[in-house]
Amino acid sequence: MNIDKILEDNKLIIRLDGRLDTNTAPKLEEELKKDLPNITELVLDFEDLKYISSAGLRVILSTQKIMNKQGNLAIENVNDFVMEVFEATGFVNILTIKE
Amino acid sequence: MKKITIPAKIENLPQAIDFINQQLKPFEPISQAQLQLELAVEEVYVNIAKYAYEPGEGKVFISCEIDENPLQATVQFTDSGIPYNPIDNKAPDMKSREKEVGGLGIFLIKKNVDDISYQYQDGKNILTIRKKLGTNIQ
Repeated sequence: MNIDKILEDNKLIIRLDGRLDTNTAPKLEEELKKDLPNITELVLDFEDLKYISSAGLRVILSTQKIMNKQGNLAIENVNDFVMEVFEATGFVNILTIKE
Repeated sequence: MKKITIPAKIENLPQAIDFINQQLKPFEPISQAQLQLELAVEEVYVNIAKYAYEPGEGKVFISCEIDENPLQATVQFTDSGIPYNPIDNKAPDMKSREKEVGGLGIFLIKKNVDDISYQYQDGKNILTIRKKLGTNIQ
């Protein structure tokens, strides 16, 4: 999985390319740990994210909890498979997912 | 039926996924269904890799059988670790806002396969998942 970041003041856009799975989720978690302090607006762009598993969901959930305290998190350009996983697990109800 | 035996370690997850996908490739499954199977395979595999031999190490044996017309994959995972029946695991409460993420993997396995069965035999955990997959072949 490739992680691309664009930082503009307190806004951070993270583009993920590939698979957010058991092996790659820790990499995202580590990046977020470094970058999230001072961020009030976080965007996760999933346009090139092909696949997600429960390990990826856990990182998203913990990120959502952090952003609930310090700003907001939006997830954009979710593909059909990832959307299906968000729907099946009820994550659609706790995340802000934009078209 | 094809089979592989690999050390049950998280870093070997791509080998497990690649093994299944290689068996499926000639049958050109619909990508959505293939991703659903990959998800179930990952969740089963990772469960074994993380917990079956804790705190030691061991191996996992994976077999894959493909049926055509209609296209269907049967994947069996065998380990000699701690007896554990994942089917008994209760689904997490999906309505709860503070999500209980522990059971999420098991929930996703059940959600993405057509059949799941577990048996403990001769000191081995044997978990079998079966999934129907559409095909792009006309």
